[in-house]
Amino acid sequence: MKLSLGPLLYYWSRDDTFAFYQAAAAWPVDSVYLGETVCSRRHTLRLPDWFSLADRLAAAGKEVVLSSQALIESESDLKLLRKIARNGKFLVEANDFGAVRLLAEAGVPFVAGPTLNAYNPDTLAMLHELGAVRWVPPVEMPARMLAAMPVPASMATEFFAYGRLPLAFSARCFTARHYNLQKDDCQFKCLDHPDGLTLRTREGAAFLTLNGIQTQSARVYSLAHRIDELRAAGVGLLRLSPQAQRMAQVVEVFHELITGGLAPAEAPARLARLMPGEPCDGYWLGQAGLDWQPERAALPS
Amino acid sequence: MPALLELICPAGSLPALKAAVDGGADGVYLGFKNNTNARNFSGLNFDDAAIAAGVDYAHGKGRKVLLALNTYPQPGEVARWQQAVDRAAELKLDAVILADPGLMAYAAKRHPDLRLHLSVQGSATSYEAINFYRERFNIQRAVLPRVLSLAQVETVAQNTEVELELFGFGGLCVMVEGRCLLSSYATGDSPNTCGVCSPAHAVRWQQTPLGLESRLNGVLIDRYADAEKAGYPTLCKGRFEVQGETYYALEEPTSLNTLELLPQMARLGIAAIKIEGRQRSPAYVAQVTGVWRAAIDAVKRAPETFAVAPAWHGQLDKVSEGSMHTLGAYYRPWK
Repeated sequence: MKLSLGPLLYYWSRDDTFAFYQAAAAWPVDSVYLGETVCSRRHTLRLPDWFSLADRLAAAGKEVVLSSQALIESESDLKLLRKIARNGKFLVEANDFGAVRLLAEAGVPFVAGPTLNAYNPDTLAMLHELGAVRWVPPVEMPARMLAAMPVPASMATEFFAYGRLPLAFSARCFTARHYNLQKDDCQFKCLDHPDGLTLRTREGAAFLTLNGIQTQSARVYSLAHRIDELRAAGVGLLRLSPQAQRMAQVVEVFHELITGGLAPAEAPARLARLMPGEPCDGYWLGQAGLDWQPERAALPS
Repeated sequence: MPALLELICPAGSLPALKAAVDGGADGVYLGFKNNTNARNFSGLNFDDAAIAAGVDYAHGKGRKVLLALNTYPQPGEVARWQQAVDRAAELKLDAVILADPGLMAYAAKRHPDLRLHLSVQGSATSYEAINFYRERFNIQRAVLPRVLSLAQVETVAQNTEVELELFGFGGLCVMVEGRCLLSSYATGDSPNTCGVCSPAHAVRWQQTPLGLESRLNGVLIDRYADAEKAGYPTLCKGRFEVQGETYYALEEPTSLNTLELLPQMARLGIAAIKIEGRQRSPAYVAQVTGVWRAAIDAVKRAPETFAVAPAWHGQLDKVSEGSMHTLGAYYRPWK
């Protein structure tokens, strides 16, 4: 089993982003996803910056994957997408069927990202025929659905195993809305919230996280204690979603898990001190995503 | 010349279908009574006999019937969706509205004469994505998510042969459909797989000393003062607290209403206008269909001098969520 560092979902300063990936080069992750997937207004790093980070991480022995934007709206979004699709060097994660079209046309192998909504064998087989060498199931996919999915032999399964769940995309920017700013004049308020803005119910319960045009869970999805179930369901890579603080320690916990240095049952306690919110694992159990039932088995033994 | 500004209306039941046809809809869309469509609510939708009767009624008056099969089939259950496609072909429906590429491949291969529309649940926001479905499955029409500005819609229209259908009126889905898991995060039921958003079985109302509370699987969605009108607890239209401020953090309970954009939509060559609301009553369908029929006819007669009649807004506001309406993303500053 391998570890991947998913695309950075937040907007960090240029210095913080470079520092994060410089550190990540030394972490025990096999694969690193780079690029802006959430908002086309986020520019502290331009495409050449991402390419130069990609070169550095590749030189450090990482497999690099360039992630594409999930919500494509304008011609400039498409221009960027074409440049990524035709980079000629690195694997690309397609997060939209426009990207699939461009990658298939170019005959380039790709990773089928979680927003492609591959929920069934026919769609998965089609993505494989078009060139997908790996797929990331929708984050809401339960263990039993994944276990029932016939995955082509030469296709790897990567599963979102740690981080705030990316739940929704909108054209509307909820961070700008919070500050009474129009999206076109958002003053890049996301920079002030490196782990997003917590949305609470009127009873004060942390419920969601506003991250620009993306809405995430407030709880942190963690399947660390379920590593045996993930293996049994055919998962080859665990995706860890970057957070602003304590990511190195999070990676270390997962590394110890897959190398046998840490018992899965010990993982929740270790991670509790590292997480930016309460844990959840409901999706894997086929329940409400926000549920947390670490004692319950997701698959029949 | 392809059709222009067809009026496509919702039918959650046979009486609603008749109301739409009688009110002047060019087409109605409906779904089976199961999770093969995105409005899988009890008491709603059609069995085989009702669809057959509906098709007879609509075709008898020269109108179209479209079948929504816009959820995502899952392993071990794909046959249910495929059989629904087969039934659509047998019943001579005018098109099926699909979101899943695997199901489109099945439909295109098995029923090459069956017209395919890309559902809004397919989340295609660019011509590259739409042209993907055109090349692979020969889709004839795409329903665009309610997230693009009109200028962005124009770029899509200029770069694809696929007919475009835009939302005209009804509940405003603020998220990109097919890419929203908020309901499944809170309740376990997903729009993508179960065909429900904020499902009724998860809703609880409770009068408390602080006011009337609406909950979704225990999560407090909103709380209403005595004088306030309470709305259905759709998750994205609740009031929440962000940094100490309580407000509609995602979206107000409001309806989309794009009547005033009709001339621009006509100029862009938009093939169809979709009215939302399969969960609404036949009376709603009749009211909305009548207004939109009159408006579309007026645009076709004289696009240059088209003006929204005040009476139209009045009639639509009566059936709008929160009695408010918005141009949504078509109007750039909304974003």
